[in-house]
Amino acid sequence: MSGRPIATTRSASGMPTGLLAVWWVIVSEIVIFGGLLGSYIMYRLAHDAWTAEAAHTNTWIGAFNTLVLLSSSLAAVLAHRAAEAGDGRKAHHLLWWTFAGGVTFLCVKAVEWSIEIRAGYTLASNTFWSFYYTAAGLHALHVLAGIIIIAIVARSAIRNLELHRVELIGVYWHFVDVVWIFLFPLLYIAK
Amino acid sequence: MSEEHHINYVKVWAWLVGLLCVSVAGPMFEIKVVTLITAFGIAGVKAYMVAKNFMHINIAPRFVAYMVTTGLVFMLLFFAGAAPDVMEPKGENWFKPGWHEVDIQGAEKELEEGIFFKDQVDH
Repeated sequence: MSGRPIATTRSASGMPTGLLAVWWVIVSEIVIFGGLLGSYIMYRLAHDAWTAEAAHTNTWIGAFNTLVLLSSSLAAVLAHRAAEAGDGRKAHHLLWWTFAGGVTFLCVKAVEWSIEIRAGYTLASNTFWSFYYTAAGLHALHVLAGIIIIAIVARSAIRNLELHRVELIGVYWHFVDVVWIFLFPLLYIAK
Repeated sequence: MSEEHHINYVKVWAWLVGLLCVSVAGPMFEIKVVTLITAFGIAGVKAYMVAKNFMHINIAPRFVAYMVTTGLVFMLLFFAGAAPDVMEPKGENWFKPGWHEVDIQGAEKELEEGIFFKDQVDH
């Protein structure tokens, strides 16, 4: 077994199998989030009243969370570079910055939702808020999954083990960032 | 993947933050077209920059781009298929029940107004 590469680092398709699997997940996610956001756009265009509802979302909180995710993506890609250079310690350090970005995002989201729920805007208020909580909630679940995986990868990276995983979680994390890049104008800017 | 080593990631991040500022400032002009361009146009540019520079999609095997494009095409197809049912009250061979009720109420109201008019003529 010692001479064989582990399954996720094989590259029968021209890229490591683990990376191929991550892209597979991402393509599936494009259809899931695409369906959700596409439905939101359809309803939004058909119902002018949603503009008044969207006016209650806080643009500054959304912008701050965008900045947090963009910065955490920077840390993730720098971690990938460090991992490629074989510097597991640096990759570990940068992955924890990415982790911190994800945790910050979720904390801000929790505060934001608390304010909105206290103001009476709940999942059942109307269709706009149903979409709002569903889309942002599904995205937040992806952030949560991402930070758990980042923590696991960071723990092995410090021992210079499984460094190829740093790229895999990085690509997933950037996708989570891309989804938010589209959610931000839909939920916070178009009022 | 040596090409990725030439990318200045901090510079890309600075551009992304700059574009974020523009997308936040856009609605302040209160011009709908400007808001749409700064919000969704810039979102597209930011997504492209992240995909190209952080996800390295441009140096991944070409089939990855095909896979992503396939996902996007399916999304557009489903959107085009469902949009008329969501955005239109009725079509050539169908109607939306909720909207139909509104139509019936409107027709009844018109009918009542017509009868009222007829009564006025009779008297």
